[in-house]
Amino acid sequence: MKRAALWILVAALVLLVLPQVLPGYQVSIATQILIFGVLAMSIDVLAGFAGRTPLCHGAIFGTAAYVVLYWTTVAGGGIFTGVALGVLAATALAAVFALLAIRTSGVYFLLLTLALGMIVWGVCLRWTGVTGGENGIRGLGRPEMVADHVTFYYVTLGVVAPVTLLMWRFVHSPFGLTLRGIRDSETRMRSLGYNVPLHLFLAFLASGFFAGIAGALYAIFNDYVSPSTVQLTQSVAGLLMAITGGIGTLLGAFVGAGAIILLENTVSAFTARWPIVLGITFIVIMIFAPEGIVGRIRLLRARMRRVSSP
Amino acid sequence: MSLFSLLNGLTFAALLFIVASGFTLIFGLLRIVNLAHGALYLFGGLVGYSAAAATGSFLAGIAAGMGAAALLGVALDRGLLRFVRGFELRQVLLTLGVAFVLNDLALVIWGGDTLTVPMPEALQGAMEIGPVFYPKYRLFVLGLGIFVFAGLWFLLHRTRLGALIRAGVDDPETIEAMGVDIRRVFLGTFMLGAALAGLGGVIGGAFLTLYPSADSEILVFSLAVVIIGGRGSLVGAGVGALLVGLLNSFGQVLFPELAYFAIFGPMALLLAFRPLGLFGKAA
Repeated sequence: MKRAALWILVAALVLLVLPQVLPGYQVSIATQILIFGVLAMSIDVLAGFAGRTPLCHGAIFGTAAYVVLYWTTVAGGGIFTGVALGVLAATALAAVFALLAIRTSGVYFLLLTLALGMIVWGVCLRWTGVTGGENGIRGLGRPEMVADHVTFYYVTLGVVAPVTLLMWRFVHSPFGLTLRGIRDSETRMRSLGYNVPLHLFLAFLASGFFAGIAGALYAIFNDYVSPSTVQLTQSVAGLLMAITGGIGTLLGAFVGAGAIILLENTVSAFTARWPIVLGITFIVIMIFAPEGIVGRIRLLRARMRRVSSP
Repeated sequence: MSLFSLLNGLTFAALLFIVASGFTLIFGLLRIVNLAHGALYLFGGLVGYSAAAATGSFLAGIAAGMGAAALLGVALDRGLLRFVRGFELRQVLLTLGVAFVLNDLALVIWGGDTLTVPMPEALQGAMEIGPVFYPKYRLFVLGLGIFVFAGLWFLLHRTRLGALIRAGVDDPETIEAMGVDIRRVFLGTFMLGAALAGLGGVIGGAFLTLYPSADSEILVFSLAVVIIGGRGSLVGAGVGALLVGLLNSFGQVLFPELAYFAIFGPMALLLAFRPLGLFGKAA
């Protein structure tokens, strides 16, 4: 327990000092990692703890971003109401998706959420009157108070840190344990008297809520949203981050988000072929390391302990 | 609704059936969800486009498109999927990675322009059906869809190969013990499914054109067809394709901006009552 506290202290220190040592552009990459870490965690809540791998979180995330930017530009509303509405919209969308998808599991769940996410993409692309079609919605610029990279980083950190704590509490609560029970054996949980569909519904709702927070942050960060924000690539990238970090490890999401975003930035400096690299990364991870970075480290440590103990 | 929309819906359904039947064949018989199916459609279509443009023959284009898709299918099955056999989710996600690579590769080779596969002269122009003039080519697509349905039904239910495939699904071990190389049968099925995607690409590329996001669009339509029809069911794919094709056609006329809802609304509703689709059976 002491060691865990030490780790948290070190991580907090690093995160606080980081923008003071990094140049401006890299601070914005760090901000991006924090935001996508939340998206990846929200996916992990479903994939790692409820055993339902979703491919619709890009759509939920993007819906929040669309609502925030629509509210602040076209409707002329304030930023805080916009964020609240964005998160609300994302949660509502997640509720609809959940009602349709929780009866399925495994590959069916994946396919259904994929198809549902694509509807959102299709609507964003074609409902030009509201979403601006392919042009998307451009914001009016970040609000004055968070205009520079470093301030925005601290604001993001100020949101992401409590959200992370909240999610950590969520998955380790009795509710989270029930979810894990459902993941491992649905029939057992049902015969123990648990309301399995209700638990899955609430887990999906929570997951959508957190993805919405990430999306709202992204809207302010990027100040622009287009159909590419809600498209399948986004859901896939989010899932890949969760998997790269380690499904079911929650905090691995930040490791995965960091790895993928840094890879994207490095690759983009040399070639415009990021989708090919993303695809190959996915293939390689699926074949060689499906348990992810944090998952692999845990496995190795468990093995070492087993070797040294007898 | 007008006869024109009805015919549009039917012809689109025929194309959807050709593509989705390949998807459902691989999904149902091999238990592999191939999310690269849309990419095979696009790739096959583009190879067919190049071949047809180079030789001036539509048939050569079809052959090239189907061949290319089948070869890619073999490479995918033998080269990559063999490492993750038995892990359903890893398989799906791997094919998703392949889809990204293929899509971007197509962008590198053919560029981002919209391309149209040149159609043969005999199928150009329109013909009179009752009160409307309708493009001949689309009617040809409708006929081809019916032909593919009949051909696949015959293959699965009236030939020895079809019997082997169906038996292999139920009990691969017994079939192997009887001296049949079931892996080859499955590989053949995978090739056939992939080739159908390629065929769809060439056929569809002549009237719907080919562009960088065509692969994910056709994939979503195929998913809808298979989700509605049920896994691995040929009849299900047929009924699903008809439903999706007609809903799409009428949806575009009635509320053009929200046509997607017209398809996926009923799909979602159906799933609430039949999670495995109309003709799906529990595995």
